[in-house]
Amino acid sequence: MTTISLTDLYTLIPESFLTLAICFILLFDQFLKPAQRNVTHYLSIATLAVTAWLVTRHYGDATAFGGMFVHDGIADALKLFVLLTTALVFVYARSYLADRGLYVGEYYVLCLFAVLGMMFLVSAGSLVIVYLGLELLALSSYALVALNRDSPLSSEGAMKYFVLGALASGMLLYGMSMVYGATGTLDLNKIHAASVAATQPTLLLFGVVFIVVGIAFKFGAAPFHMWLPDVYQGAPTAVTVFIGSAPKLAAFGMAYRLLESGLGGAGPHWQQMLAALAVASLAIGNIAAIMQSNLKRMLAYSTISHVGFLFLGLVNGAPSGYAAAMFYAISYALMAAVAFGMILLLSRAGFEAEEIEDFKGLNQRAPWYAFLMSLTMFSLAGVPPLFGFFGKLLVLKAAVDSGHVWLAIVGAVFAIVGIYYYLRVVKVMYFDDADDATPLAAPSDAPMRWVISVNALALLVLGLTWGPLYAWCARSFGIS
Amino acid sequence: MITLAHYIVLGAILFCISVAGIFINRKNVVVLLMAIELMLLAVNMNFVAFSRFLGDPSGQVFVFFILTVAAAETAIGLAILVVLFRNRSTINVAEIDSMKG
Repeated sequence: MTTISLTDLYTLIPESFLTLAICFILLFDQFLKPAQRNVTHYLSIATLAVTAWLVTRHYGDATAFGGMFVHDGIADALKLFVLLTTALVFVYARSYLADRGLYVGEYYVLCLFAVLGMMFLVSAGSLVIVYLGLELLALSSYALVALNRDSPLSSEGAMKYFVLGALASGMLLYGMSMVYGATGTLDLNKIHAASVAATQPTLLLFGVVFIVVGIAFKFGAAPFHMWLPDVYQGAPTAVTVFIGSAPKLAAFGMAYRLLESGLGGAGPHWQQMLAALAVASLAIGNIAAIMQSNLKRMLAYSTISHVGFLFLGLVNGAPSGYAAAMFYAISYALMAAVAFGMILLLSRAGFEAEEIEDFKGLNQRAPWYAFLMSLTMFSLAGVPPLFGFFGKLLVLKAAVDSGHVWLAIVGAVFAIVGIYYYLRVVKVMYFDDADDATPLAAPSDAPMRWVISVNALALLVLGLTWGPLYAWCARSFGIS
Repeated sequence: MITLAHYIVLGAILFCISVAGIFINRKNVVVLLMAIELMLLAVNMNFVAFSRFLGDPSGQVFVFFILTVAAAETAIGLAILVVLFRNRSTINVAEIDSMKG
């Protein structure tokens, strides 16, 4: 019998602080006039910053509440990047929300609750915490997608997200119940021991199948990707930028906790399933993206293909593979934030710059943003020496190391297919004439212009100096 | 004598009914919400049965968490349903298809 004492809360200081701060922001926001909404905005960013500071303060391995909550290098790194990405999202989203009458406290509170869910998810040491963290993230995301209550597309996207998200949770839970039945415990460490020792793992493998399906649904891996393009397109872009970036880090954390920390003993089985999902995601994501004319939808299909690449790292099933997958998740979150951020930057009141056509001749209208957008597109396509290239290189290497050479070949082939649709955006920006040749009205939001420039240039800088970040990921997984 | 296998089979049947309810249903979004609820109850049935037969109470504790989350989930689902009906004046699943590709 494990005893629980107040010292357990010490391990949860960042999460406790975030919880209290969210409650405070929720109440405080009610007393603000709409013109004072900036207070909520800066308060939310400050909350993220303080939480990140608390996460770095408590560096070091620890567990709390009888192993239900795990505090290790992996959780810390993922939490820091979740917080960073969310802060970027807040900066990008402000003027878009303000132009559309969506500049409300609910946006910030729901995003912060989703962040709290992600922090628990990546720190989970028990199936209960996995489920609760996941649902906190998912329920907040459903509500966020429906934030624009007067938009038929938005509510349709939210409904599809809700139904398929709930189906995914149901699948995951059914798998968890089977794993519980097979191992007799909800603790991931004990499940790991039982899965290694299992001599007749029929029931366990039955559960593993459902858990892999649930994870694939949450990631948006093909063939469980149906919700993803509709949700990305239907949601207000300020929400798409959030659900397209930070939750991918949390999804990686969840996959690691469930599959490696929990079901490591069944590794050979789920690695095969992930390999099949990776091939399907790479094929469907890249081929469907070619046919899109809506940029948000194109980026949604590109997300599916990126999930395929991330799975190549997980298929490896060794610490170096997980480190590569984590590096990939971090690079993808930063790239997605700036890619959707550019759509937010170009959108004005009453105008959504979400068609690829809307980027026509951007070089004549705003050469600097055209340059940043092309950097992002090259990085997403995986062109050296940008950030995205090294992510792809590492996961392909991980696939080769684990003997899945054919998988790496499939990945490389589809990476080349993928270059086509990313370069189409660059071509449209540089070689087509703008319908409207007036210089782009510079967005009044100065912090956003600066931050998005730094974010896009970081893709170049982190590409040139990717060593320290990879070393950090590798260290988190115990590779020195 | 009712054995563990009976409960697991019952859970599996309920789960299959709910998945079928989600995929076959082409008419009504409310039925989708009911199917989702049924799916969570099928899982609860499994957890309680395993918990009872393994003699380990943690599975039953998990059931309470699932029930609570299911209530929150339904609340959000119904709220989205209300918003959807106001915008589209329909809750027919087959008509909710303005985004494709």
